Amino acid sequence: MIANLGFLTIALTLLVALYGAVAAAYGAINKRPGLVESARRAMVLTFPLISLAAIAIITLLVSGQYQIGYVASVTSEAMPAYLKVTALWGGQEGSLVFWSWLMAGFATAASLRRWDRDREFLPWVIFVTMVTLAFFLSLVVFFENPFARLWQAADGGQLTAMFQPAGALPLTPADGRGLNPLLRHPGMIIHPPMLYLGFVSFVIPYAFAMAALVTGRSDDRWIRLTRRWTLIAWLFLSLGLILGGRWAYDVLGWGGYWGWDPVEIAAFMPWLTGTAFLHSVMVQEKRGMLKHWNMALIIMTYALVIFGTFLTRSGVLSSVHSFAQSAIGPMFFGFISVTFLVSLALLISRWRSFRGDNELHSFFSRESLFLLNNLLFMGILVVCFWGVIFPLISELVAGQKVTVGPAFYERATGPLWAGLLLLMGIAPLSAYGRSSARNLGRSLWKPAAFSLLVPLAALAAGLRLWSAIAGFWLIGLAVLVTLYEFWRGALARHRLHEESLPKALWNLAGRNRRRYGGYVIHLGVVVMAIGIIGIELFQSETQGTLAQGEQLTLGPYVMTYESLAEFNTPDDRQVARAVVSVYRDGRHVGDLYPRRDYYFLAEQPMTIPGVRSTLEDDFYVLLVGWEPIAAEGATFKVYRNPLVNFVWLGGLVFILGTAVAAWPAADSAAERRRLEASRAAMAGA
Amino acid sequence: MISLRRRWLGALLCVGFLLTAWVTGARAQGGGPTDDEVNRIAKGLYCPVCENVPLDVCPTQACIQWRALIHEKLAAGWSEQEIKDYFVDQYGDRVLATPPARGLNWLIYLLPPAAILAGAGVLVGVHRSWRRADSGPPTETVGASQDPYVKRMEAELLARRSGGADAGEEG
Repeated sequence: MIANLGFLTIALTLLVALYGAVAAAYGAINKRPGLVESARRAMVLTFPLISLAAIAIITLLVSGQYQIGYVASVTSEAMPAYLKVTALWGGQEGSLVFWSWLMAGFATAASLRRWDRDREFLPWVIFVTMVTLAFFLSLVVFFENPFARLWQAADGGQLTAMFQPAGALPLTPADGRGLNPLLRHPGMIIHPPMLYLGFVSFVIPYAFAMAALVTGRSDDRWIRLTRRWTLIAWLFLSLGLILGGRWAYDVLGWGGYWGWDPVEIAAFMPWLTGTAFLHSVMVQEKRGMLKHWNMALIIMTYALVIFGTFLTRSGVLSSVHSFAQSAIGPMFFGFISVTFLVSLALLISRWRSFRGDNELHSFFSRESLFLLNNLLFMGILVVCFWGVIFPLISELVAGQKVTVGPAFYERATGPLWAGLLLLMGIAPLSAYGRSSARNLGRSLWKPAAFSLLVPLAALAAGLRLWSAIAGFWLIGLAVLVTLYEFWRGALARHRLHEESLPKALWNLAGRNRRRYGGYVIHLGVVVMAIGIIGIELFQSETQGTLAQGEQLTLGPYVMTYESLAEFNTPDDRQVARAVVSVYRDGRHVGDLYPRRDYYFLAEQPMTIPGVRSTLEDDFYVLLVGWEPIAAEGATFKVYRNPLVNFVWLGGLVFILGTAVAAWPAADSAAERRRLEASRAAMAGA
Repeated sequence: MISLRRRWLGALLCVGFLLTAWVTGARAQGGGPTDDEVNRIAKGLYCPVCENVPLDVCPTQACIQWRALIHEKLAAGWSEQEIKDYFVDQYGDRVLATPPARGLNWLIYLLPPAAILAGAGVLVGVHRSWRRADSGPPTETVGASQDPYVKRMEAELLARRSGGADAGEEG
C-alpha cells in the first residue's frame, strides 16, 4: 500500500514537473502570464508531492518491509533506526529520490521569492529547474524505482518489479543485506546530503543564467539575484568535501583523507568551477566585464554537477562496458550532452549583447589577477577531468585499462595550487581598472618583505625541503596580506568612530560581509594548506609484526603492543580490537585501540584506526593482521601525519568565512523595509 | 545457512591472517625483506581487481596474497622494477599507479599543460588587444585600500587631520 502510494506520488510529481516546464515555456513564448503563474504553482506543488514519496520510502525502510527490493538491499534488522532513515541516500534508487527532493525544495524556495522586478526570468527559471527535476524523476520512475518489489520467478530466479510479473510469486526475505558498512560513519551520514545540497543549489544560478540568456537581459541582475544561492551552494559543496575527507581519514584506513579517487574528483570539479565563478562574478559586478566567461563558468558548473552524479551513478568508472550495460548511464550522457550544447548555443546566439562594458587595462589590475586565478582553477579542472576520463578513453580506444593515481594529480596540480596561494597574497592589494606594476609593488613590498621571515625561520629550524619552504612562504604572504586588510579597516573605524578594535573589526566585517567573509575563507584555505603541506611532504610510516610487549618506533613515537581481543557484536560484526600503548620521547601519552571489523552480511572488512591527535601531528595506528589462534602476534601499520589537524581546523575557518559571506546584509533588509514603506506610501497616495 | 557462511568466512579470514603472519613472521626470523620494503613497492602498484585501491593499503585477501608475492620476489633477489614488470605482464598496465609514458598514454601527460598554455596564450592575447585600444594613465592612488568603505574612512581621517571637510559616513 505505502509502496504503491509512494510510486504513484513520484509518477505524479514527474507529470507535474513536465507540466510546469511546458506551461512555463509556452506561457513565456506566447506571452500568457496566467500560464506562467500556473507553472509556478506546479513548481511549488512538486515539493510536497515528492516529500510524500520520500516519507513513504523512509517508512518502508524503518518498518523493515523487505519485500521491497531497495529496503532489502540497504537495511537489516540489526541496524539502528537512525541508520535506516539515512539509508534513504545509501543506495542508487533512494539517492536519486533524495536528489529530486532537494531539487524540488530549492525550486520551490526560488519560486517563492519576490519576482516583481524580474518577472521575465520566472518562466525560464521554472523551465530549467523543472526539466532538471523531470530528468531525475524519470530515472526513478522508469529505471531505478525504490518501490519495486521482490518476486520469485517461475524458473527460481529473483526479480525486482513494481507489479507482479507473469508466473512470479511475491518474495519477502527474512532480513535485508544492510547498509554498506562504509556508510555507517557519522561523516558519511552527513557527507552525501551536503554534497547533494551543493550540487542541487548550483542549479538555481544556472537557471537564472539561462533565463538571462533567453530573455537577452545582459546586465548583472542574474548574478546579483543568485549571489547568495551561489555562496550557499558553494558552502554545502565545501562542507561535503571536507566531511568526505574526514570520513576517509577515519574509516578507509589508509592514513590519508584525499586519494584522488574519481568519485572524490567528481564532487571536486563543480567546486573548482564554482570557486572560479565566485571570483569572476565580482569583476562583472564591479566593471561589467567577463559576461561571456561567467555564463560559460555557470554552464560548466551545472554540466559538472550532472556529470558528477553520472560518474557515481552510472557504473562508468568501473568500466566503459558497465556504463553501456547500465540503464541510466546513457540517459545521463544524453542529458548532459543536450543541456550543455543547448546552453552553449544560447550563449553563442547572445554573444553580441553580452559584450563587456569595460576592457582590461593592466596586467596588474584586480580583474586581470582574477582572470589569472580563473586560469589556474581551469588548469586544475583540466587535470582532474582528463585524469578521470582518460582511463575510459584508453579502454575504449586502445582496449587497455590504465590507472591514474595520486602521483599524477599531485605533480600536475601542485604548481597551480602554489600559484593560487601567491594570488591570494597579491590580489587583495590590487586595484580595479588601470593599476600599474609600480603601484601594486608599493602596496605589496612591505608584507612581502615581512613574509620572508617565514622561510628564514623554516631554514633556521633545519627545514631543507625547498617545496615546503616555498609553500610556507606563500602561506605567510597570504596570511600577512589578509590580516593587514583587516587591521587597516578596523584601525580606520577605531580612529574615526572611537570604537574598540574588536568592535571596529566586527562592524567592519558586518558592512561588507562578502569581502571580509572572503578574507576569512582565504585564512581558512591557508590554514588548510599548512596541514596539506604537512601530510603530503612529511608523512612517515612503518609496518611491523609484534609479539605482545614488543615495540615499534616511528619518529619520536614508540608503540607497545599490549593485547588483542576478538568478539562478535549484536549488529552482526566480528571485531578484532588491539590495545597499544603510545610513548613519545619516553613518556606515556595514551593507549590506542585500532580495530578490524568484519561485517558478515555485507562480507566486508573495515579497518578503523587508533589515532592520537595533537596540533603538531597525528599518530595513526592500523591493525593490519593478527594470529587468531594464539592471539600473540599482530601486524600494525603506523603513520605519523604532521600538521594534519590544520586541515580540519582550516576547514572550520573556511566554512565560517563562507557563512559570513553568505549571511544577508543588515543594510539590504533595512533598504527593503524602506522600499516597502515608500511603496505603501505611494499606494496610499 | 548464515552460520555456515560465517564459518566459511571465518576460515577464509584465518587463512588470510595466517598468510599475513607468515609473511611478516619471515621478517621477524631475520634476513628477509621488511614490511616497509614490501609496502614501498606495493604503494606504486594498484590492486588488479579492485577499483582504485593502492596495493599497500588494500585489505582484501587477494591483495594480502599479492603483497606476499612481492615479499617472495624481494626475498628471491628481484629488483623493484622487475617486480613491477612482473605485475604488468600478469595484469596489464592498470596495476601501475600512473600510466607508462608510451603510445596513447602520452596524451595524459601532454594535454593538461597544452590546455593551460593555450589558456594563458588567450589571456595574454586578450590583454594585448585591449591594452592597444586604451593607454590611459593609472588612476588609483598609491597605497589606497581596495575596500571603498575603508578608502572613504581613511580619506575622512586625512581630511580631519588637515582640518578639512567634514565628510559623513556612508556605506
